[in-house]
Amino acid sequence: MLPDIITMIPIYIMGRKYRVPQGLTILKAMEFAGYTLKRGCGCRGGVCGACVTMYRLKDNYRLNVGLACQTVIESHMYLMQLPFIPAHKAIYTIKNVRANDSDITRFYPELMRCLQCNTCTKSCPMELDVMGYVAAAMRGDLERVVELSMECVMCGMCAARCPADLSPFNIALLIRRMYGRYFIAPSPQLEKRLNEISGGEFRQEIGRLKKASEAELMERFKNFQSTKGEAAVELARGKE
Amino acid sequence: MAYPPEMQESLKRVEASRNSRLGGNFPKLTLAEKAAVLETYHPDFRADEKREIRVGPNKGGIAPRELVDLLESPSRLDPGAIDLTKVAHKTDVLVIGSGGAGVTAALTAQENGAEVLLTTKLRLGDSNTIMAEGGIAAATLPEDSPVIHYVDTMVGGRGKNIPELVEALVNDAPFIVEWLTSLGVNFDRLSDGAYYAHMPAGHSRRRSHSVKDITGLEFMRVLCDEVRNREIDVLEFSPAVELILDDRGQCAGAVFFNFDTEEYFPVEAKATILATGGMGRLHPQGFPTSNHYGATADGLVMAYRAGAQLLYIDFVQYHPTGVAWPEQMLGLLVSEAVRAQGAQVVNVDGEMFVDRLETRDALSAAIIRECGERRKGVLTPTGMVGTWLDTPLVDMMGGEGTFMRRFAGIQGRLKKYGIDPIREPILIYPTQHYQNGGVQVNVNGETDIPNLYAAGEVAGGVHGHNRLGANSLVDIFVFGRRSGMHAAQKVRGIEIEKLSLEHVRAYGEALRKAAITPRTSSPMLLPDYRFERALSTVQHVK
Repeated sequence: MLPDIITMIPIYIMGRKYRVPQGLTILKAMEFAGYTLKRGCGCRGGVCGACVTMYRLKDNYRLNVGLACQTVIESHMYLMQLPFIPAHKAIYTIKNVRANDSDITRFYPELMRCLQCNTCTKSCPMELDVMGYVAAAMRGDLERVVELSMECVMCGMCAARCPADLSPFNIALLIRRMYGRYFIAPSPQLEKRLNEISGGEFRQEIGRLKKASEAELMERFKNFQSTKGEAAVELARGKE
Repeated sequence: MAYPPEMQESLKRVEASRNSRLGGNFPKLTLAEKAAVLETYHPDFRADEKREIRVGPNKGGIAPRELVDLLESPSRLDPGAIDLTKVAHKTDVLVIGSGGAGVTAALTAQENGAEVLLTTKLRLGDSNTIMAEGGIAAATLPEDSPVIHYVDTMVGGRGKNIPELVEALVNDAPFIVEWLTSLGVNFDRLSDGAYYAHMPAGHSRRRSHSVKDITGLEFMRVLCDEVRNREIDVLEFSPAVELILDDRGQCAGAVFFNFDTEEYFPVEAKATILATGGMGRLHPQGFPTSNHYGATADGLVMAYRAGAQLLYIDFVQYHPTGVAWPEQMLGLLVSEAVRAQGAQVVNVDGEMFVDRLETRDALSAAIIRECGERRKGVLTPTGMVGTWLDTPLVDMMGGEGTFMRRFAGIQGRLKKYGIDPIREPILIYPTQHYQNGGVQVNVNGETDIPNLYAAGEVAGGVHGHNRLGANSLVDIFVFGRRSGMHAAQKVRGIEIEKLSLEHVRAYGEALRKAAITPRTSSPMLLPDYRFERALSTVQHVK
C-alpha cells in the first residue's frame, strides 16, 4: 500500500506513459513502473556511469542528459536510457606510450577534428568542461586534461553526441594514464619501503606477532597510537 | 529540496554550538565501554536477526537471515537440463566478477601466461570497487611500517583475523601502490612527489592513499582500460549461477546465464577465481546499503553449494556515515576521510556524543544508541532518523577550499538536492557496507575446493570480525594478484575429468531431507525493487 501523501505524476519511458510517485529518481521511477534493470543500472550512487539517460521536458525542445540514479523525475518527462555507446577506444601498451602530444594524436588522430561546438560539455551528466579538456588535449596541456576530466564516469554520452565523432572520454583516459605514469615524480620513500620489505626487514617481527596474544597486540596498538613525530619514525624502525 | 523546515530547528542548534566544538574531541571509549556499546547496540550482536544454517559445510553455524534464506534454497538451475559435454568456452583461468579483485586476477593470470576468460554479471568494472571513495591502505610513510599496519588490522578485526592473510596483506600493500602508479593511476601527491596519505579510523598512522574522493573510480577506469588493451576475453551481462566440479571433485568451471537471451551455458576451466563481491543488496536486518546493485552474495551461494566453508559470515559491517537525507541518496556513503579531516558527529541538539575517530563498528553502535534509546536523533519527513556529520568543520580546520579539494564528489551529489556540505552538515545513519567474512581461503586465495580460488569481498578471514577502512581496497588487489598468479602457475599441471553438477542435485536432496521449505531459489542475481519496493522503507528504525 502506498502512503496517502504521495502525489503521482506522469512520465514517459521510451514513449510509454506511467504514473509514478513524485520525488523519485529516474532509476527508482523505472523500477516503480515495473522494470527490472539489467542494463542501465550500476552503482546507484552516481559514480559508475551505467545509467546515463536522455530526457526532454514538456513544451521544451532541449534534450537533457542525466544519470538515472541522481536525477529526480519531473511531470511529463520523456526519457530513454543509453546504457551502451559503441565508442572508439585505441589499443596501446602503456609502458610503450611516449607521453607527449604526438602520441595522443597517434592513438586518436580524430582529436584534431574537434569543431569546438561545445555539444560534449552540454551533454555531460557530470557537468564537466568536456570541450575545455578536449581543447587542452589539442594544445598538449596534459595537466589541464587531468584536472578537468578527473570526475568522468565514462558514460560515453560525449562520444554519442559529438558531431566530429570523437570519444572525448577515452582520449582523456589515455592522457590521465600517461600523466599518472610519466609526469608525477617517483617517490623515493616508496622505493625505500619496497626494498625494506623485499629485504625481509619486517619478517621476523611480524612472524613473532603472528603468535602474539590479543593482550600483547593491544599493548602494541596503544603504544603506536600514542607515539607521534620523530619518535614514531624511530618506533617504525623497530626501536621501542 | 534543501533541508525541510522540521529539520531546520536542529540545524540552528548545530550551527550555534559549532565554534565551541571546534578543535575539541569527545573522549574515546575505553575498551570496556566499547565492548558494552557494541554488545547492546551493534546490529551484529542482535541474535534475533541471525539464524542457524541447517545444511552444508557450515551446518549449525549462524548467518544473517537474509543470507540463510538463499543458502537454504535450491538452485535456480535444473542440473539435468544442462548438457555439460557441449561447453561454450574452454579456458585456463576463469574469473567470475570484474571488480577490483576480478580484473586484477585476470590481468595477473594473463601476465603469467594463462589463457583467461573474465566474466561479469553486469558491465566490465561494475562493482563496489568503483564506488570506493576513501583510499587504499599501505605502510609507505617513514613513521609507518608493515608491522604497525599488521597490529592495527588485527586489533580492528577484534583479534580474529587469520594471521597469515594479514601478513600477506601488509607486506604486499606498498607494492600494490607502486603497481597501480605504473599503470597510470593519479594518486594524490604532495609537491615533491611523495604520496599524500590520510589516517582512517582505527589506523595508527597516515596510510590511506587516495585519488580525491573517487579513488575506486580512478582505479577501475585504469584497470578496465588495461583489460581492453591486453585484449582479454570479457563476457558481460553473464552472471554465473553454479560452479561445475569434475568427477574428482575439482572445480572445473561454471554454468552462466545470458541476461539477454536467457540461456544457460557451461564454461570449462582448469582454475576458477571467484571475485563476486558481497551481500549488501540482501539488506541484512533491513538496513540501507552503500553497495552496488549487483552485490547479491551469488559467489557465496555457489561456493557453498559446491562444498566450500564460509568463515565469519555472520559479521556484517555497517558504515557509520551513510546518507539519511535526502531520501534519494539514502544509504550512500560519506567517506570516512571526511571525519579524518575534522568533521564531528553530533546529535539533534548539536552536542558531540562520540569521538569522531572511533572504529566503524563502535561509531555505528553509538549512533544507533543516540537515535534509539537516547532519542537524540533527527527525524526526517520520510520517517528516517539520523545524526549530523558536521562537515563545515573541514574547512574551518583545514582552511577554505579543503572540502572541495578533497570531497568534490560528495559535494556535487548533495548539491543536486540543495544541500551544501561546505556550509551545512549532512544527516547520516549507519548503512550496510561490507561483508567481513566470506569463503575461507589461504594466502594463495585457494579455497577448500581444488582449483577454486576466491578473492576480494567474497573471501573471508583477512579482516577478522571487523574490517578497517582502506583495508578493502588493498585486499582486493593483494589477493586478486595472488590468486591470479597461483592459478596461472598451477593450470599447467591440471587435468580436468568429466564435468558434473552432481553437487547441485545432492544439495537439493539435502534440503529435502532436512525438510526445509525453501523461500526462493538462488543465487539471487538481482535484487527486486519493482513496484512499491522502489519506495525505500527502513524496517529497523520502526
